[in-house]
Amino acid sequence: MAMKKIYSRPKSLKKAVFHYCPGCGHSIIHRLTCEVIDEMDLQEKAIGIPPPGCAVFAYYYFDVDMAESAHGRGAAVATGVKRAFPEAIVFTYQGDGDLAAIGTAETIHAANRGENITTIFVNNAVYGMTGGQMAPTTLSGQKTTTTPYGRDKILEGHPIKMSEILALVNGAVYIERCAVNSPANIRKTKKAIRKAFQTQIDGLGFSMVEILSPCPTNWRMSPIEAWQWIDNVMSKEFPLGLIKDTTGGKDAD
Amino acid sequence: MAKVLMTGNAAIGEAAIRAGCRCYFGYPITPQNELTEYMATNLSRKKGCSFIQAESEVAAINMVYGASLVGARAMTSSSSPGISLKQEGISYLAACELPAIIVNMSRGGPGLGSIVAAQSDYFQATRGGGHGDYRTIVLGPSSVQELADLTYKAFDLSDKYKIPVIILGDGVLGQMMEPVEFKYEAPAELPIRADALRGARGRPSKYIKTFTSNPAELEELNWSLFRRYELIKKDETDYEAFLTEDAELVVVAFGIAARIAKGAIRTVRASGQKVGLLRPITLWPFPSEAVKELAKTVKYYLVFEMNMGQMIEDVQLALEGKGEVSFYGRPGGVVPTPNEVSRVISRLYYQKGLK
Repeated sequence: MAMKKIYSRPKSLKKAVFHYCPGCGHSIIHRLTCEVIDEMDLQEKAIGIPPPGCAVFAYYYFDVDMAESAHGRGAAVATGVKRAFPEAIVFTYQGDGDLAAIGTAETIHAANRGENITTIFVNNAVYGMTGGQMAPTTLSGQKTTTTPYGRDKILEGHPIKMSEILALVNGAVYIERCAVNSPANIRKTKKAIRKAFQTQIDGLGFSMVEILSPCPTNWRMSPIEAWQWIDNVMSKEFPLGLIKDTTGGKDAD
Repeated sequence: MAKVLMTGNAAIGEAAIRAGCRCYFGYPITPQNELTEYMATNLSRKKGCSFIQAESEVAAINMVYGASLVGARAMTSSSSPGISLKQEGISYLAACELPAIIVNMSRGGPGLGSIVAAQSDYFQATRGGGHGDYRTIVLGPSSVQELADLTYKAFDLSDKYKIPVIILGDGVLGQMMEPVEFKYEAPAELPIRADALRGARGRPSKYIKTFTSNPAELEELNWSLFRRYELIKKDETDYEAFLTEDAELVVVAFGIAARIAKGAIRTVRASGQKVGLLRPITLWPFPSEAVKELAKTVKYYLVFEMNMGQMIEDVQLALEGKGEVSFYGRPGGVVPTPNEVSRVISRLYYQKGLK
């Protein structure tokens, strides 16, 4: 009996073994992004800018043109790429330390200029690759290797909400916060990534999808506990849903 | 084309546009603002071109990196404190073997320093400047005409060797006006570099990166960079020798200091002192062979710089102890007159018992 094929590896995802830890959200987000690239037929046009950090080797997985960025400079590099080669579909792939600490200025100003680029912002509330230090998005009270007593808002500040900050910037036209901690949320994340790329294709301005992503290794949790923690704790501080959409109601689907 | 009267900063902008520069990204800082403004006026609305006043020097150099990735001729400019901020990006450009032009209209330092001309960024420019083992080609013009000529050349060298090129000027060169002739115009459409990222159309996808967990791979990258640097040293070293044929004392100076030294040498020549000038045009690669050649006939050297003594180290390295080197330096943005320098030359000349 002929079987119907309901899933296969996206064409734009290389046949490589991910180096990511078990339960890490990056592999899911890579796959979703590649599915969208395939479905929107962008493989030949896409130029990706991965960050230093856990996703530094994204170019071993994405089967599209990619270039390394210095820490935090993704939005500036993507700006240069897109300005010099507007036919490309340009996306950055950035973590919370990259986008919300060292690269805050580049991110906000690229958005403010309405650069026609797409940012995949992976928020896992820690610096993953360097071993679980405090991120700008680390929650109040959260223990990390540099907040061993728990993040104290008096001494270590508050979790920064980049999506809400960027929503105030006129050049940013589509911002949505999603999570990859359940099949339903994963489907919503894919839809948001698709909408973000469509925003760029339509030439409307800066688009970003923030994705709450589990880091069981640095959270010292099992993968299941990490998924639950996103629901029970992290998404209370970083509420899921559409943050801004001034694209004029154009829908990707 | 007839000569036009222009500031050095504007002349760089005009030469860059004629060289096919399509992207300029910069951030205001004195004394180079006329260049940024020239590009805003003359490049920003040009078809296929892009101008951005960036949010920082760091962002500007990373935009240049982005534009270079996809094969555009791209440039940024700044002055000393801003150039410090660009070092991160320059290191990445060097590591990724990407062409880019960085103009430093340098000013007095350290710190915020002053806004007037200085040459205290010589070490930073010629030793790589950022982290890691790398060099950039460093060009040291000494007139507005040469700023224009070396700007064309910078783009060609940068593309030829896939290396960032620094044009090291100073506040005087940037702001003074001189007649300049633009002798070159690139074709309207330059070929796109074959290794540029343009999307995986009709070829497998590719990536540009430096990070590796394999030290042997990185060692190979470093070797390959330094093999190319040896080629550049062999083929691209450039200098001007002025009245050195019969010289008993040779002044070594670059940029605006060399211009001042020339005036001083004319003065002392008028009173019969046999003094010449060696002016490095490429600061990296430094014209060590020219210095070695001079050392066969000349014993005494005066290095004159508008800093506390940086290029003097390259002169001493080249001489390998075969000459006697004196130094006259004016740091902090002080620009000495040709008369002051001529007195320094004469004093040294007679102290050494030269006739």
